[in-house]
Formats: sequence, structure tokens, C-alpha cells
Amino acid sequence: MNNLAILPIILPLLASVIVAFIPGKLNMVRKISQTLSILFLIIVGYITWEVFSNGVIVLQGGGWKAPYGISFVADYLSIILVLTTYVIAAAAVFYAPHSLSNQQEKFYFYTFFFLLISGVSGAFLTGDLFNLFVFFEVLLMASYGLIILGNGKVQLRESLKYVLINLFSSMLFVTTVAFVYSIVGTVNMAHIAERVEAVPAEQQGIITAIGVLLFFVFAVKAAIFPLYYWLPNSYVVPNPVVSALFGALLTKVGIYSIFRIYTLIFVHDTSFTHDQLFIWLAMFTMLFGVIGALSTNNVKLIITYNIIPAIGFILMGIGLYSEDGLTGSIYYLMHDMVVKAALFFLVGALVVAAGTKDLSKMSGVIQRFPLLGWLFFLGTLVLTGIPPFSGFIGKLLLLRGALSEGYFLLTLVALVSSLLILLSMIRIFIRGFWGEKMEGMTSDNRKVHALTIPAIFLLSVSIFLGVGAELVLPYIETISGYLLDRTEYISSVLKG
Amino acid sequence: MNRPNDLILRTTTQLIAFILLGFSVYLFFAGHNAPGGGFIGGLMTAAAFILMYMTYGFEKIEKILPLNFRILAVTGLLIAVLSGVGSFVFGEEFLSHSFGYFHLPILGKTELATAMIFDLGVYLVVVGITLTIILSIATDSHEDPYEDAGV
Repeated sequence: MNNLAILPIILPLLASVIVAFIPGKLNMVRKISQTLSILFLIIVGYITWEVFSNGVIVLQGGGWKAPYGISFVADYLSIILVLTTYVIAAAAVFYAPHSLSNQQEKFYFYTFFFLLISGVSGAFLTGDLFNLFVFFEVLLMASYGLIILGNGKVQLRESLKYVLINLFSSMLFVTTVAFVYSIVGTVNMAHIAERVEAVPAEQQGIITAIGVLLFFVFAVKAAIFPLYYWLPNSYVVPNPVVSALFGALLTKVGIYSIFRIYTLIFVHDTSFTHDQLFIWLAMFTMLFGVIGALSTNNVKLIITYNIIPAIGFILMGIGLYSEDGLTGSIYYLMHDMVVKAALFFLVGALVVAAGTKDLSKMSGVIQRFPLLGWLFFLGTLVLTGIPPFSGFIGKLLLLRGALSEGYFLLTLVALVSSLLILLSMIRIFIRGFWGEKMEGMTSDNRKVHALTIPAIFLLSVSIFLGVGAELVLPYIETISGYLLDRTEYISSVLKG
Repeated sequence: MNRPNDLILRTTTQLIAFILLGFSVYLFFAGHNAPGGGFIGGLMTAAAFILMYMTYGFEKIEKILPLNFRILAVTGLLIAVLSGVGSFVFGEEFLSHSFGYFHLPILGKTELATAMIFDLGVYLVVVGITLTIILSIATDSHEDPYEDAGV
């Protein structure tokens, strides 16, 4: 049934309304949220299976045919990212009660949480450029609510910056959509793609200019060099569970949009956009992000900075625009969403365990919390892509793609930044977990253990992605083949 | 307590609030195919309420309108979402719209559309949110909400 395509957006919206009725009854709200997120995960799993076995699901909102109506497209790429989102959501909802104070939970945490999931799913599923903007607003609205939970002074300062930068980029986004509409006369993505193709070659300069403008908008959201300056501070101030959601989902929505736009619409001038712009920006993003991660002693900030090089890796695959590149990129995107959430959870637990965020004051945490220590070590290996973990598969494909197209400098930069990521993460392990047992560790062992359980779940998903690559990879290869041949998307939306 | 002389405000409010409320209902019903709708209708209703709060003070209006505006907003949101989901039951596409003509007492032949259910949700959300925001600003950091809400 076509309506399946809208369920990942509607279900969390309903859940957010239901929990908003009883913000005070915390126990009930928690139980409801936990049950619902597991239920939603199962439903989304079913939809994913449906898409992969019976093809792309297209819903024309209100029965109005595209390009007049609003289309929702559950295709292979979007549904697999929606599934990943729901996996993270299910883990986060179990992490939240132990990480947030009761007061913070009562201030509509679960409502904003479900709204965020709804907005993120909407951004993945929409087939309409203007609606992409709308869903960006939905998820940003929810994220504004989440980022100020806690109400500290630093937090207010950083959230103000976050709101301002996002308002600016949203403004630019809607302006760009207006440009697109004035040139091609439509905002339906499949229809834009069809019409852009028909633009004569000598007039394609304006299309490229608009494409780069859109890229700029998404680059702000995705934190690509040189537009990542807002990210580290505003992602580090909220509670770990909020940081995990932001780090795992929000920047990924930005990079997904680049993925969608630059594999579907703006593929007329790849020698400029993909081969030069993306490749160079990917290199700088990887290098500068990882330098940031090495520059600080704040454990949470280290993880936050590590979001940036990951975006670089994904952008690199889009820049390569080949089967290997795209497959690697999608694999890396999924892997990074899961493992970033897991690492934020673990580092939240570490901060609780050690009682400080400052790495130079930490030592010997592993003696009291061996499970946490070894999980963190495992997370580090998964993140940096030590074989056989999931990061390795993505990076291998990306590097193979880069080498086969002769980008030697890019390959070198990618390898060096991988090593530096490993260094930045292993620093936490060596200085925080090893060494003399420190003073002032928490006595609340149960809380730390409760915080590690959702991380165990996410890490096992991550390990499955790596060890079970044999099972997963064929699906991802289907996706990249599907993205390179745009006709299926266009025909399923316009003639569906 | 030394209250300012607000005879003019009180007298005009009796009239204006009534007109505002009536016009907001008109706007709400016009909404689905003419200028108007749940959003602007809701804003106008909220404006009428705020005018009444300003004139008669917080406590009196709270007695007349014992509503929790947060719950009102959430209810509206629920109605709006369910109006889209309703199409699932009939096997139609999400947000499908249908309408019919009905004979209502007094109004006569009236067009009723399912879009109005959605609009009703929007209306409640707008009234609820606007009043929540304004009342929480108005009653902020003062022990006596009456002082601040009264002009």
C-alpha cells in the first residue's frame, strides 16, 4: 500500500502528541515512549523489507498526481536511512531516562524527541524540494527545543548561535528553492531532474550556480569545511543523549540532501561540482575536523569533532560519483550514524563515571568500569575502520574508488586522517582508562551500567554491519546502482 | 490597590471582543477555499481572549475560561494529525480530501469539507500556543499574575 511511505513520518508525530498530554507522569511517558519506539522500529523494518522486495513506494499526498501534488518517495536509499534512524531512536529512548534529570524529561523531552524523528524521516522520504525545506524546519524546531533543555548559561549562548546559523541557512534555502522554481518551474525533485536535463548546454551555467548555492545550504547543515565552525560548540553543550541524536541524525540529513540533489538533479557538470569542488572540500573537511579532535582535552568535544571528518569521507564518495564511491559512501553513512550515537552514549557514561569531562584529570577508569572501557575500545576500532568492522568496508570501497580514478592525494589525505582519528580516540582510551585509579569516580555503578546497555545494542548493530557485510553489501550495491541510473526514480515518481 | 481608570477599555472590549470572536468563526469556516482558515481564525480568537485578559484581569477570565491552554494545543495537534490518518481507514492516500453539501439549521445549505477537521486542529493549536506564550510571559516572575495581566 502506498500509504506505507508516510508512516515513518506520521507515527512519531502521533507519539509526540500522545506523550505531550501527560508530561508530568514520567513513568508512564517513559514506558509509552519505549514501547512505541520498538513498535515503530518493527514497522519501519517491515516497510524496508517491502521496498527491497517490491520496489520503490511512492505516495502522492492527497491523491494529487506529481508534479502537482506532493510526493513522498520511499526508495532504497531513503528507507535504509530511515531504518537506521529508528534503530538509533530505539536506543536513545532507553538511554534518556538515565541520562536526563527528571525535570528535563518533564519539559517535553519525549515530545521533541519524537518530533525530531518525524522531521528527520520526513527529510529522508520527501520527493519535493520545498517539502525538504519544511521538514528541515520541523527537525530544527524540535532540535531548538532539545538543545536548550537544561538551561545552563553556556547552553543558552551556544543555542542562540545554533538558532541564528540555522535561521540564516534556512533563509538561503528557501531563496534557492525560489531560484530553482523560477528556472525550471517546478519543485518536485523528479520533475526538476527531468527539466534540468532539457536545459540547453550553453545555459547550464545558471543551473550549476543554483546547484552550488543549494550545496552551500546543505553544507552548513552537514558541517562541511569551511562551514563547520558552529558545530563543535553547539553539539557539545546539551545532554549526551541530545548530542547523540544531533551527531547521528542532523548532520546526516544535510549530507543525505547533498547525496540526493547531486545524484538526481545536478549531474550535468560533474567535472566541476563533483570532481573538483566536492573532492577538495572533502579533503579539507577530513583534515580540519580531525585536527580539531586532536586539539582538545574535553572528551565529549573529541567525539563531536570526529563528526566532521566522517562527513568528509561521505562527501568524498559523492565526489567520486562511481559505483564504488557511492556504495562506500552509503555504507559509511549508515555505519557512522550508528557508531557516532554509540560513542556519544559511551562518552556520556564515561563522564558520569569519571565525574569530569577533562581528559587530563581522568585516569584508570577501566579499573572500576571494565565493561565501559572495553566497549569504548571496541567503539574506537569500529569508528576508525579496523577490519573486520563496518568502518573498514566503507573506507575500503571509498579508497578503491579514489585510486581507480587516480586521486592519489585524496587517498593519502583519507588514510592520514583515518590514522589521526584513531589517534584522537585512542588518546581517550590511554589517558582516561589506563593508568592510576583516579579519585572522585562515581559510586553509582548501576547508573553507569544502565547507560552502557543502549550503547551495547548500537555497537552490536555496528559490528553486524561489519562482520555481516556479505549480507548487507548486495543491498547497498543495489542502492548505488539505482542512484547512478536516475530513470527509475524519475519514472516511479512521475508515472507512478 | 490603585487601579487606573479603564472605563473606555472596558466598554469597548464588551463590543470588540464579541465582534472579534464572531469574525474569527466566520474566518474559520471560510478557510478551506477562501481567504481565512484555522490559523488566522485561531489568531483572532486568541486576540479576543487576550483583550479580555487585559481588561478584566487574569483571575476573572481564568474563572470564566477554565482551560489548560497547553492541553488545548496538544488536542488540536492530535485532531490535525488524525484528520490525515483518517484517509487510511478508507483506503485512500494520506491527506485525501472530500466534501459534501449539507442542510444545516439556520445556515441552510452549507459545504462541509474534511479539510475543515484539519483546520479545526490548526485553530486549536494556534489558540493554545498563542495564549500559552503570552500568558507565561505576562505572569512571569510576579507573584500576583493579576498585577501584570491587568493594564
